[in-house]
Amino acid sequence: MNAPLIGARVLRKEDYRFLTGAGQYTDDVSMPGQTYATFVRSPHAHAVIKKISIEKALKAPGVIRIFVGQDLADAKVGGLPCGWLITGTDGKPMKEPPFPCLAQGKVRHVGERVVVVIAETQDQAQDAAELVKVDYEALPAVVDPKKASTSKPIHDIAPDNVCYVWALGDKAKTDEAFKGAAHVTKLEFLNNRLIPNAIEPRAANAQYSRAADEYTLYVASQNPHVERLLMTAFVLGLPESKVRVVAPDVGGGFGSKIYLYAEDVVVTWAAKRLNRPVKWTAERSESFLSDAHGRDHVTVAELALDKDGKFLAMRVKTTANLGAYLSTFSSCIPTILYATLLAGQYTTPLIYCEVTAVFTNTAPVDAYRGAGRPEATYVVERLVETAAREMQIDRAEIRRRNFIREFPYQTPVALQYDTGNYEATLKAAQQLADISGFEKRKADSLKRNKLRGLGYACYIEACGIAPSNVAGSLGARAGLFEAGEVRVHPTGTVTVFTGSHAHGQGHETTFAQVVADRLGLAMEQVEIVHGDTAKVLFGMGTYGSRSIAVGGTAIVKALDKVVAKGKKIAAHLMEAAEADIEYDRGVFKVAGTDKQKTFGEVAFAAYVPHNYPLDKLEPGLNENAFYDPANFTFPAGSYVCEVEIDRDTGKTEIASFVAVDDFGKIINPMIVEGQVHGGLTQGIGQALTEGCQYDKTGQLLTGSFGDYCIPRASDVPSFQLDTRETACTHNPLGVKGCGEAGAIGAPAAVMNAITDALGVKDLAMPATAQTVWKNLQENRHARV
Amino acid sequence: MSIKVSMKVNGKPVAAEVEERTLLVSFIRENLRLTGTHVGCDTAQCGACTVHMNGKAIKSCSIVAMQAEGADILTIEGVAKPDGTLHPMQAAFKENHGLQCGFCTPGMVMNALDFAKAHPNPTEDEVRESLEGNLCRCTGYHNIVKSIIAGAKAMGGKL
Repeated sequence: MNAPLIGARVLRKEDYRFLTGAGQYTDDVSMPGQTYATFVRSPHAHAVIKKISIEKALKAPGVIRIFVGQDLADAKVGGLPCGWLITGTDGKPMKEPPFPCLAQGKVRHVGERVVVVIAETQDQAQDAAELVKVDYEALPAVVDPKKASTSKPIHDIAPDNVCYVWALGDKAKTDEAFKGAAHVTKLEFLNNRLIPNAIEPRAANAQYSRAADEYTLYVASQNPHVERLLMTAFVLGLPESKVRVVAPDVGGGFGSKIYLYAEDVVVTWAAKRLNRPVKWTAERSESFLSDAHGRDHVTVAELALDKDGKFLAMRVKTTANLGAYLSTFSSCIPTILYATLLAGQYTTPLIYCEVTAVFTNTAPVDAYRGAGRPEATYVVERLVETAAREMQIDRAEIRRRNFIREFPYQTPVALQYDTGNYEATLKAAQQLADISGFEKRKADSLKRNKLRGLGYACYIEACGIAPSNVAGSLGARAGLFEAGEVRVHPTGTVTVFTGSHAHGQGHETTFAQVVADRLGLAMEQVEIVHGDTAKVLFGMGTYGSRSIAVGGTAIVKALDKVVAKGKKIAAHLMEAAEADIEYDRGVFKVAGTDKQKTFGEVAFAAYVPHNYPLDKLEPGLNENAFYDPANFTFPAGSYVCEVEIDRDTGKTEIASFVAVDDFGKIINPMIVEGQVHGGLTQGIGQALTEGCQYDKTGQLLTGSFGDYCIPRASDVPSFQLDTRETACTHNPLGVKGCGEAGAIGAPAAVMNAITDALGVKDLAMPATAQTVWKNLQENRHARV
Repeated sequence: MSIKVSMKVNGKPVAAEVEERTLLVSFIRENLRLTGTHVGCDTAQCGACTVHMNGKAIKSCSIVAMQAEGADILTIEGVAKPDGTLHPMQAAFKENHGLQCGFCTPGMVMNALDFAKAHPNPTEDEVRESLEGNLCRCTGYHNIVKSIIAGAKAMGGKL
C-alpha cells in the first residue's frame, strides 16, 4: 500500500536533468550534416519589395542555399492558417489575408521574414545575410489601433484595416439599464502590449530522410501535434504520417510557442531541398520582433449600478490590435476568451461587449499567458474598484454585494459556471493581508515619505479549454479534446503518453502522481512521455491552463479502461465473477474473500497469457482514451496587493502580495504554488515594468531586455499564497487548472493599489517610476 | 582567421581551432557539445550562459573563447559529484522547487555557487540583489530565492 500521492508535495522527476545541464532543448540538438539558417528580416514596417539581390551573398563562404518568397510560391508552399473563424456582427466571416512564410511583394511589419540564408555554420549564415540586398519602397505605416481604419490598407482584402467587428450580449437591454442607473462608472484605458519572452528563444531544427521520404522537426512548441497538423495539412501539403514533430525540453512558452511560425515551415521545407538538416535558433532580438505578442486593447468600459452598489449592467467597447497578420489563434483571444469573462465573479445581469479587431504594421498578436482573461479581469476589477471609491462603499463590500453565490450559474455572456465560493477566497485573502492593519501601515509609510495603497482583484477564468462542439459553434477549426495512452508493461510498470506538453509545468511529476495514485503504484513505476508525435498517439497540447483538467482526465479515462480489463483478467485468474472483483491500490481482490492478485501479476498474465481467457479477451494491457470536456473549468480567486510609492522617485515597490486561489482539487501543491508565483510575476510585470512600444513609423523601441523590462528578482516580493477548494463538478479529478491565474489577477490588483496610493482614478500600465513620478508632479498641488 | 585555444573545462584539458570571434559560450556549446550552458539573449542580460572562469561567475556570451586561454572553466555539467550526486546548491533548487522549465537554471546555479562562497548565510535582499543579472520567466524568483538561501547554508561558504 502506498500513501496517497494526489495532494502530496512530491519533488519533481524532471529536475535532475535540468540541474545537471542534461536537459535537451531544440538548439541542443545537432544532427550529422547540420546546416544553419538565418532570416533576413524587414527593416520597414510597411513597404513594397522592389528587388532582392542575393548574388553576393551566394558567393560568401559556407553558403549553401538562399531562398526568397518566390521560391516558396513556386513550390506551392502555402501561407500560415488561422485556427479560429470569427463571424462579425454583419454576419460575414472575418477578413483572412494571406500570411506567407517569406514575404511576397510586400512587408507589413518590422521583423517580417524576407529571405532565408542557409550555410555551413551559424556565423557564415549571418555574415552572408548581411550581403543580401533588398530594395524597398516604404509605405506609410500604422501602429495605433485607433488610427488603423483611417490609414493606408495593409491587406487588399481589408481596405479599412478591420478584420472583424464582433459583439456579445444584449445591446438594447444593456443601454436601457444604463438609463435608469443611480451611478455609472466609466474608464478608458489601454491594456498594454506585452512581449512574452520565454527565456529559451524559439528554435526549429528539421531533417529530411530521402530513404524514408520522412521529415523530423525538432521545435520549441507547446503542441507538437497541432504544429504537425497545421504544417502538413495547410502549408506543405504532406501526409501527416511523413512528418514527425518533436518538442523536446522547451524553455517556457506562455502562449508564444503555441503557434505555427514561418521559420518552422521554412526549415522543414528547406531540409528536403538541401537534403541536410537545417537549424534556426532565434536571437533574442528576433524574439522581440517576431514572436507573437500579447494584449494590446484600447477599451472604454462602463458599469451601471443602483444606489446600493448592485451592478445593473456593463458596457464595453474594445479595439483589439491583431498586428500585421492573423497568428494561429489570434482571432479568438479578444472575443471568445475575453467578452465571455466580463461577468467576473458577479451577478451583473446585462453585459454588452463590442470588439473591433484591426490590422496594424506591428508583429502579430495572439495568446499570451491568460489570453483575453487578463484583459477581461482588468476591465471588471478596475471598474468595480473605481465604482466603490466613487460611491464610497467599501471595496470588499461592493464585491460581496454582487458575488454569485449559487451554482451552476448562467452568465449573460454565454458561460455557465459549475462551482465556486468567492466569499471563501475573499475572506481568506483579507485575513492573510491583514486588512485591518492597513491604515497603520499607511501612516508608517507616510512618515518615510512614501505613499501606500491597497488594491483587490477578484478574478475568474475559463480554463480546461474546451468542449469541442461549443468551440466549433464559436468558430474553432480544431477539436479541443486531449488524448492519453496507458501502456502497462509485462512487469507491471507503466508508461503514460500524453498529448499535453510540459515546458516548465512539471507534468512528468504531476501526471505520474495521478497515475501512481489511481493505480496504487510507486512514482518510480510510472513514466510520463510527451512531446513527440512518433510516440504520443495524438494531442492538442498545452495552453489555457488545460493540461490537468483535459489531459489529466484523458489519462484517468485510459486508467479506468486498464483497471476494467484488469478485472476481467483477475476474475479469470481467481476463478471468480468479474462483478466480484474490486481494485484497491494495486491489488485486484475478490470481494468478501482473501483472494487477491497484484497489479503486476495481472499485467504479467496479460503479456504471458498461458492461463488467460483468450477466447474472450485480447492479450496485452494497453489503453487509449480521448477526453472532450463537458464544460470549461472556472478557477477563481482573490488577490490583495499593497504597494509603497517613493514620492521623490515615483518608484513603486510591491510591499506585499496575497493570492488565495480556488483551483479545485490540487495534485501537487508545490508545483501549483510555483505556477502562481510565476503568473503573478508576469502580471506584476505587465502592471509595473513591461510595455511594448513602437514608434510612429513602426520601429520597435523595446527590442531588448534593456528596453523591455521583464521583472527581475528585486522587482517582486515573496508572495503569500493560500487556496480554497471547490471541486470541479465535471471531471473525475475535480481539477480546474492553475497556470494562468496569477497573470490574470495581478495587473488589476497592482493598479488598484497604485491608484489608491496616488488618489487618482486611473493610471496607464506599465506604471513605471517615470509614469508615477509624472503623475505625482501633475497632481502635487491637488494632493498636498 | 582561426586560432587555437586551450583551457581546462570541468577539470579536463581541452583545445580546439576556433575563429577569433568565437564566443566562449559557442566554444562550450558547439565545440565541446556541453549544451547545459544556455543562450537566452546574446546581450549579457539574461545570465543563462553563466559559467565560472577561474572561480568567478561570468557570462560566457560576453567574452570570446580566446580570452579564456589557459583558464579553468567550470560549467553546470561539472558541478555534481562524479557519481552523479547533486551538489548541495543543486539539491537545494530541487528541494525548494527553484526551477520550472529549466532553461535559466544552469545560469542560476552557477551564479548562486559564486555568490554563496562569500555569503554562507545570506538575507533575502542580498539574494535578490545577487540575481540582478539572471532572468527567470517561470518561477517569479520566489523559490529561487529560497533555494539559494538553503543552498548557501548547506555549502557553509565552501564550493
